[in-house]
Amino acid sequence: MTAIETAPSVPDLGSVGRPQVEDFLYREARLLDDWDLDTWLSLWAPGGTRYVVPCNDDPDGDPATDLVLIDDDELRMRLRVERLNSRKAHREYPHSRTSHQVSNVIVGAPEGTGAAAELPVTAAFTVWRFRNGRATYYVGRYYYRLVAVGGQLRIRAKRSVLDMTELRPAGDLAILL
Amino acid sequence: MTMVSSAIPMVDDDPARHRFRVHRDAMTSPEIFREEVDRIFGHSWLYVGHESEVASPGDYVRRPVGGRPLFMVRGAKTGQVHVFHNTCTHRGAVVCRHKSGNAKVFQCFYHAWTFDSEGNLAGVPGREAYGENLDFSALSLRPVARMESYRGFVFASFDENVTDLATYLAGAREYLDLVIDSADSKMEVVKGTNEYCIQANWKLLAENSIDGYHAVSTHDTYFKYLIALGTNLKGGVQGTARDLGNGHAVLEYAAPWGRPIAKWEPLFGEDAREEIAELRAGLVARHGEERASRMADTNRNLLIYPNLVVNDIMAVTVRTFMPSAPDRMDVTAWEIAPRDELAQLRQRRLDSFLTFLGPAGFATPDDIEALESCQLGYRSGGVEWNDISRGMDRAPEANDEAQMRAFWRRWQQQMGDAACKEMR
Repeated sequence: MTAIETAPSVPDLGSVGRPQVEDFLYREARLLDDWDLDTWLSLWAPGGTRYVVPCNDDPDGDPATDLVLIDDDELRMRLRVERLNSRKAHREYPHSRTSHQVSNVIVGAPEGTGAAAELPVTAAFTVWRFRNGRATYYVGRYYYRLVAVGGQLRIRAKRSVLDMTELRPAGDLAILL
Repeated sequence: MTMVSSAIPMVDDDPARHRFRVHRDAMTSPEIFREEVDRIFGHSWLYVGHESEVASPGDYVRRPVGGRPLFMVRGAKTGQVHVFHNTCTHRGAVVCRHKSGNAKVFQCFYHAWTFDSEGNLAGVPGREAYGENLDFSALSLRPVARMESYRGFVFASFDENVTDLATYLAGAREYLDLVIDSADSKMEVVKGTNEYCIQANWKLLAENSIDGYHAVSTHDTYFKYLIALGTNLKGGVQGTARDLGNGHAVLEYAAPWGRPIAKWEPLFGEDAREEIAELRAGLVARHGEERASRMADTNRNLLIYPNLVVNDIMAVTVRTFMPSAPDRMDVTAWEIAPRDELAQLRQRRLDSFLTFLGPAGFATPDDIEALESCQLGYRSGGVEWNDISRGMDRAPEANDEAQMRAFWRRWQQQMGDAACKEMR
C-alpha cells in the first residue's frame, strides 16, 4: 500500500516533515479527484473546522465582514458534500473530472503546544475541471492549519486563495478546491 | 436588416391564444447580438456602481459598462461622482489602471499626460511644444454622455437623448426605495465581488433572476440545506408579479427563508432573535406597520431593464451582466447591506448571500447549469420557439411568467425590425 491510500502516522507535529505533509495533501487531492467526498470529510479534525475561499478581488477577505465565495463550518461542509453526492446538484451531475495538483509545499514551524498545536502549511494548487467538453482551471494557494489527532494529520482550517483576478475563466465554483 | 413582408417579430405576443413565444434566434444569432449592443446597450441607462464604493474624494473603481471600460471617481474638489471613458485623450491608453483605489491624479503612463479627479487635463510634459491656439481644455477626460444617480445607485447612458433616470426607472423606483429605506443607516456595498461567467445568452439571466417557477425544481439542494438548518418550508412561495413599465418587472412574495431585515429564522440562531425583533420595531416606528411588514417579510426580485437585478431576498444582491457573445455573458454581483449593521446580523447576511446567491453556493451553480443547458438545447434545433405563456389567463402569480413578458415586450420594442423572423 502506498502513502496515498493510507494516512501517514505522525506521533506529534514537531516530528512532521515535508514528506509527511505532502503525502497527506496528495491523499486529499486524490480523494477529491475520486469524488470520495465522505472519506475527504474524515481528513478534517472534529470540531471547529473552517473551509474558506475568498472572492478573487479580495484575497485577504474576512468571512466575518466581507463577502467570500465559500465559508463552511463543519455543518455546512457536510451539507455541501451531501449536495455534491446527490443527483440534484445539477451543476455537478454528472460530476466533472478534476485533477487537483499540489506543489510548492512549505511547512512552517508548529504553533501552540500539546493538543492545541497547529502546523501552518502553504502550497500552490492548480485544479483542472473537465465537463461537457469544456476545460476550466483554478489556480491559487492553499493555506492550511494542520493538527495531529490520534497520531494522524487532520485539517483544522483550509483557505484556498485564487490567483485568477476574476472567477470568469472557471465560470463558477461548484467543486471543492 | 430590413423588414420583409412575411417577417414577424421574434417576440410573438398572442393574448387571444394565451400564447407568448420568443424565437430562439434571439438567443443564438450573432446579428441580434450586434444589434443589441447598439440598440439596447447603447440607448439604455446602465448600472455603473454604488456611491458607497467611492465614499471619499479621489476614490475610484474601474467598471466595464455596456462592454466598454469606464471608471467612476469622486472628484477631490467638487465631491461629485463622475463616470469617465477610461481612455487618454491624447493617444488612447487607459488612464485608470487599478481596479479600485484612491488617487489625486490619473496619469497615462504612455506619455505622462495627467488628469485630476475632476477629469481636467492637469499636466502635459513639454507643453511648450504645442502651438498657442491648441485648446487643452477640450482634452479633458471624456465623461459618459449621461450620468445620473438614484439614491446612491449610479447609472450611465451612452445616449445623450435618453430620458432622465427617474422617468426611465418608472415603477422600479418604489422597489429600490423599499431596499434603501429598510436600512436604518445608509446602504453600502460589502467588500468582495462575485465576477463569474455563464456560457449562455444574457437574456436568460434576466429571465432566471425573476423566475419563481424554477425554484422548487432547480434548487432542491438549497431547500434541503434550509431544512437541515431548521427552516420550515411549509408556507412555500406565495406572491405576485408586476410589470413596472419600460421593461422593468418585479416578483414580490412571501418565502420560508429568513431575512436579515427583519424576519427571524432558526438558522439565524436564538441569540439573534432579540436583535431582529428590535430591527423590526424600528422599521415599524419609521415606516408604519404595513410598509415595515413589506420590508421585513416579503421578498422582491427586481429586474431593471435591461441588465440590472436587485434581488432583496435572504440577502440583497446587486447584479449586472453583459454579453460578450450571443452565448456568453460576464456576471458581476455585489452584496449591499446597511452600513452600521450589527456584526452578528452581517454574518447571517453574508452566510445567506454566499449559500444562495454566490457562484460557489448551494443554488447559483445550478442556475448557471440551467442556462447553459438551455443554450445547448437551442443548438439541437427542431424547436424554434421558447414558450413563456404561464399565467396569461389569470392575475399574475409569483410562479407565472408575466414579469418575463414585460422584459421581452420592451426588448422587442427597442430591437424593432432588427428582431424579426421571416416565416417559412
